[in-house]
Amino acid sequence: MTRRQRRLILIGSALSVLAVAVALMLSAFKDSIVFFNSPTDVAEKQLAPGSRIRLGGLVKEGSVVRGENLQVRFEVTDGKNTIAVAYQGMLPDLFREGQGVVTEGVIESAGRFKADSVLAKHDETYMPKEVADALKKQGHWKADDGKQAGAASQGRAQ
Amino acid sequence: MIPELGHYALVLALGLALVQASVPLYGARTNDPVLMSVAGPTALAQFGFVAIAFGALVACYVTSDFSVVNVFENSHSAKPLIYKITGVWGNHEGSMMLWVLILSVFGALVALFGANLPARLKANVLAVQSWIASTFYLFILLTSNPFLRLSPAPLEGRDLNPILQDPGLAIHPPLLYLGYVGLSISFSFAIAALIEGRIDAAWARWVRPWTLLAWMFLTLGIAMGSYWAYYTLGWGGWWFWDPVENASLMPWIAGTALLHSAVVMEKREALKVWTILLAILAFSLSLIGTFLVRSGVLTSVHAFASDPMRGVFILMILILFIGGGLALFALRAPVLKQGGLFAPVSREGALVLNNLFLVSACAAVFYGTLYPLALEAVTGSKISVGAPFFNATFGPLFLPLLIAAPFGPLLAWKRGDLLGVAQRLLGAATLAVIVIAVTFAAEGGGPILVPFAFGLAAFVITGAVTDLIERTALLKVSPRIAFARARGLPRSTWGTALAHLGLGVTLLGIVGETQLGAERIAEIKPGQSISLRHYDLHFDGLANREGPNYRELVGTFTVSRNGEPIGVMQPSKRSFPSRGTATSEQALMTRGAGQLYLALGEPNPDGSVAVRLYHKPLVLLIWLGAVVMVIGGGLSLSDRRLRVGAPRPAKSQAAMQPAE
Repeated sequence: MTRRQRRLILIGSALSVLAVAVALMLSAFKDSIVFFNSPTDVAEKQLAPGSRIRLGGLVKEGSVVRGENLQVRFEVTDGKNTIAVAYQGMLPDLFREGQGVVTEGVIESAGRFKADSVLAKHDETYMPKEVADALKKQGHWKADDGKQAGAASQGRAQ
Repeated sequence: MIPELGHYALVLALGLALVQASVPLYGARTNDPVLMSVAGPTALAQFGFVAIAFGALVACYVTSDFSVVNVFENSHSAKPLIYKITGVWGNHEGSMMLWVLILSVFGALVALFGANLPARLKANVLAVQSWIASTFYLFILLTSNPFLRLSPAPLEGRDLNPILQDPGLAIHPPLLYLGYVGLSISFSFAIAALIEGRIDAAWARWVRPWTLLAWMFLTLGIAMGSYWAYYTLGWGGWWFWDPVENASLMPWIAGTALLHSAVVMEKREALKVWTILLAILAFSLSLIGTFLVRSGVLTSVHAFASDPMRGVFILMILILFIGGGLALFALRAPVLKQGGLFAPVSREGALVLNNLFLVSACAAVFYGTLYPLALEAVTGSKISVGAPFFNATFGPLFLPLLIAAPFGPLLAWKRGDLLGVAQRLLGAATLAVIVIAVTFAAEGGGPILVPFAFGLAAFVITGAVTDLIERTALLKVSPRIAFARARGLPRSTWGTALAHLGLGVTLLGIVGETQLGAERIAEIKPGQSISLRHYDLHFDGLANREGPNYRELVGTFTVSRNGEPIGVMQPSKRSFPSRGTATSEQALMTRGAGQLYLALGEPNPDGSVAVRLYHKPLVLLIWLGAVVMVIGGGLSLSDRRLRVGAPRPAKSQAAMQPAE
């Protein structure tokens, strides 16, 4: 083989691996991203039942109802709109009424949401910016929340 | 007094760093040996001053000096001593101090052990190293000073976040930083080579041990972090594809690629330009990791924008070193002389393939990690890219690497014989097929991928062993001769085999945990039992206990297997009054390489409590494999060829080494 041919083989294989990688990324990306939404977003965007989202906000005070077999119902609010969430399973340590929460799941019908995971608010990402802003306006925001949560996420980091 | 001393020492370290960043560089240009030799002593002195500064901060924590803001915010007088010390790097300012401490340690190590480096290269390397150090000292002094005072001093601190009060997290950040920062040495060597416009096989021999050292720490650090997440967070998961985890995975992948390409450069003088680029990229990814974690951009783009000083500063450091490094590369790379040629099927070819797939896998992780940030910054919409994306991209890109790993070390340099290698791997392949058949039969019609995954793990493991058997000719000569040959093998050969073996072991653990694991969640009352597979857990009751700075509710469960009692598991929930937060302590019971994992939920008013029980077969192999990889790295590091200036091995021993 000449130098030229060898170089062509090298470049060719590099390009084909790269092409495979890009193809994989693009196809996987379409199926696996999930958008964050606040209850107000859900109401305004009129998301269709069956769409998969992350719903974030505050757990409404007095809304948590525990049932049989780890069934839990609670409401997620951003001060303006509220959505009822149904979930079955163990709740994370930091789940409290009046605290921030993010749930991932499927919209069932207007104002109802079936969650298959509830994320501990270990970092502030799980508090959508709009919610944080809305909460700040109404004076619900505790500056300490963010700070502490930030520390936890940093902890993961190091 | 002590904090001021620390602050002052840090300023002096900055001064020294500025000297070290400029004088030796000028000396190297003007060929002045006196100016070049300034680099060594300043690097040592810099380390001394940073050590004083770091020691001062530790002293503030140990004595609970709450007049220091940083101590007040992250410590508590009732905290055990070990967590007072580890609390030093459990926060932003302190962890940046750890960063510069390790950076100066590496600079001092190069100064101490680089006696055999050419004077000019050494001067340039230490100068570049000092540019990095200067920017980070400035960062700390201008935006993240840990020595700021508070007046009046509060009586009690606010305590370290309880989730960070854990032995795993005590050692995790230092290990990870040793890895991140260790890659700065490879970067400095690459930049120094570009400045000189000259690079040869010797360069690769000098860079490889540093890269290897950094890689070992990074491997351990990632494994440690993964194990910590596994037992702390209570979800039983060991990898979440969280941006913070990806931030450490990316430099690891690039570092792994760099290790492999440096071998080609050292042995064959090929891939020079590529190796330099990888060295720049690996450290760039470390910097990006630091940026992601330290700037607050992950916590939220919003928070980043509202307190931009730190983030923008790190971003500037990032642009300076990545942009500057790549620009210098673009400018000078064409000057470097191209190296040797090789056939596509050869050891070099296999290593190129390894690099291609590793870099692609790294790119996939990079894209998935940074795209959401970029999207949010540009359009404001928040998305999450979770495990499905990474599984669908990283997985397929890693698969060819796993299949090819046993082939690489068996191929000859320059021109290999693929068929011959395949024949030598026949044993490993046969074993893999047997494993596939057995798993398939035992599983009785589950997903078809599972048996193949087990087969692949078996292939990678036996493939690594085959390499050693081939080189010692274990099956062809008497065991005594084979043993003598095994002793005569270069340690780096053992290192390669062990690292690949470790990869297989980790893979086996991953497959076992994800495919064979079982989970049960239930609400039970004292006196009731929960069972999973062969195990029965009898709930004896709940009790309260006092810890040094927390109260805890402990559940006691008697575990029996097929009716035989085998032990007790005690998961608990802890509440920390000083922070008003709670954590869960999971109970783990090790059975062989697997574990039982029990997490406690909130107790209900009726006395019942939710529990989550997992059976995780082979799960410990995930981390054991990483340890095996690190041992392989250590063996390779002790190879005399990598020790610059070590005497050549005796002739008789050399004669026994098979050709490589």
